[in-house]
Amino acid sequence: MLTRIPPRVRALLILSILILIAPMLFPSSFYYRIGTLIFINSIAVIGLVILIGYAGQISLGHAGFSGIGAYACALAPTHLGLPPFLSLILGAVISGLLAWFVGRPILRLKGHYLAVATLGLGMLISMVLNNEAQFTGGPDGMMVASLGLTKGLEGLFDVNLKTSVVWYWFAGVMVLLGAWIALNLYNSPTGRVLRSVHDSEIAAKTVGADVARYKLVAFVISAVYASIAGSMLALFNRFITPDIASFLHSVELVTMTVLGGAGSVLGGIAGATLLTALPQALTVFHEYEHVMLGLIMMLVMIFMRDGLLPTLRKTLTRRAIA
Amino acid sequence: MSLLGVRGLGIDFGGITAVNALDFDVQPGEIVSIIGPNGAGKTTLFNMISGIYKPDRGTVTLDGDDVTSLEPHKLAERGLSRTFQNLQSFEQMTALENVMVGCHMSERSPVWVDLLRLPSSSRRNRETQERAMTLLKRVHLEKAAHMEASSLSYGALKRIDIARALACNPRILLLDEPAAGCNAVETEEIDALIAEIAQEGVAILLVEHDMKLVMKISNHVIALNYGEKLAEGTPAEISRDPKVVEAYLGSHGGKEAADALG
Ligand SMILES: Nc1ncnc2c1ncn2[C@@H]1O[C@H](COP(=O)(O)OP(=O)(O)O)[C@@H](O)[C@H]1O
Ligand SMILES: [Mg+2]
Repeated sequence: MLTRIPPRVRALLILSILILIAPMLFPSSFYYRIGTLIFINSIAVIGLVILIGYAGQISLGHAGFSGIGAYACALAPTHLGLPPFLSLILGAVISGLLAWFVGRPILRLKGHYLAVATLGLGMLISMVLNNEAQFTGGPDGMMVASLGLTKGLEGLFDVNLKTSVVWYWFAGVMVLLGAWIALNLYNSPTGRVLRSVHDSEIAAKTVGADVARYKLVAFVISAVYASIAGSMLALFNRFITPDIASFLHSVELVTMTVLGGAGSVLGGIAGATLLTALPQALTVFHEYEHVMLGLIMMLVMIFMRDGLLPTLRKTLTRRAIA
Repeated sequence: MSLLGVRGLGIDFGGITAVNALDFDVQPGEIVSIIGPNGAGKTTLFNMISGIYKPDRGTVTLDGDDVTSLEPHKLAERGLSRTFQNLQSFEQMTALENVMVGCHMSERSPVWVDLLRLPSSSRRNRETQERAMTLLKRVHLEKAAHMEASSLSYGALKRIDIARALACNPRILLLDEPAAGCNAVETEEIDALIAEIAQEGVAILLVEHDMKLVMKISNHVIALNYGEKLAEGTPAEISRDPKVVEAYLGSHGGKEAADALG
């Protein structure tokens, strides 16, 4: 029966069910916080699934766009008087525009060159955030206004709510929305071109696809996802430091993406879940995060090139046949 | 006016001339074959015509318009389509999806329409799928429609490559060794398909080592050697040309060509 449902709908169903039942297993309300962080990372990772998994383009600078999203929410409310939610939109627009302008020259590069160029972009953004201390507070970070979700709901329904619980559901809905869009794209005219670019750029061009334009589309979309994730993290934590735009965070996002299987939205979310939850569960992981990330990246590349979910699926179907 | 015109076309790679001073025309509905030993510059010629390489000298025209060095996707829009000697399949996509990508020009839509999966996006998807399925049937691969390209045989991929190129509705189709590496049955199928496509009025520029086929279906043949035109003429003229027999046919295809001509 499950096989008659289109894969896109099936993935969304599975995701909704997981989001719904996870809280039943939470021993304390602290876990709502971890769940929220998982969802926020998942949003950035879904964007990278589109860029890396669909279109086959690497970026080692996407944390930079998260930084823009985060600082838009930190700065726009005080300096421009924008409400936090509109600041999130403003951040997404700025990130999208920047990606569009920078992406043009950058995406002509391939492989290592593209990796280095995006790395440079991320470092530039991170440097600006660190150095413009009169605005950003520099490395010490700065406070962020509240999105006002909890207050708003309490006012509406006259109840007492925990912020982390409210955020869990808000971020859960955002992940579903992000996944829905990415899954729509997969089997659409645009998505098919992106996936064909992944396998043969030349063949994609000869069937009439403006490959440069489509790569740019993927880059801009993924930048917007990263920016929204950054905004949400800032609004959730109510505090932000330039670390969000750091190279390490970019690598973290890419590792989550490839760990789960870059081509699949659910895989990406699985990768985000693992790498967000592990440091919370294992203090060793937290202390040696750099080492662990490197180790995981190497192991994935050596033992499961396709990533976690696709490898599991293949192994399982092979078992089922045998 | 010729459909495709090539004038003085040439390219060098690091001081070595791969193709030089090439002139020829292809008329609508015509089959023109390029023959020549390995390394003669046939694929390089295709790469220049289809915009993948920028020629160092000469011009390419379509309907008399200069299209030299135009990007491949612009040439596709003008009705020029091609296949590849070394397969360029979309390996992680199904056979059907490979051909669906070929339908790109007729299904292009604004990105946001696809992101939100608006009804027009789903409708285009369905239409494209039907058209791609028809093309897969044409190359007898409808059974493989939902298999990933990476799991298909070389012969199947060669035919998917042709179906994908046909999906562009070309007016001129460049086929680079379409039957190379295929078994006898597949080769026969591909031969029949090429003749059929030509009958529908699509001009074909063909690179093929199967001399029997070349001599049978070509309107005219151009023989290349070391990147230069050695001879040009009807199949009969070419197979009698002493220079051609010397340089190419003489070594391995002469008898076949003579047989084909009866
Ligand atoms: N990208 C390239 N860089 C350097 N040399 C090339 C390139 N493409 C083709 N050549 C050279 O051009 C010559 C013609 O090759 P090719 O067109 O592939 O021959 P054919 O298709 O007739 O067998 C060969 O000597 C080949 O090595
Ligand atoms: Mg060749």
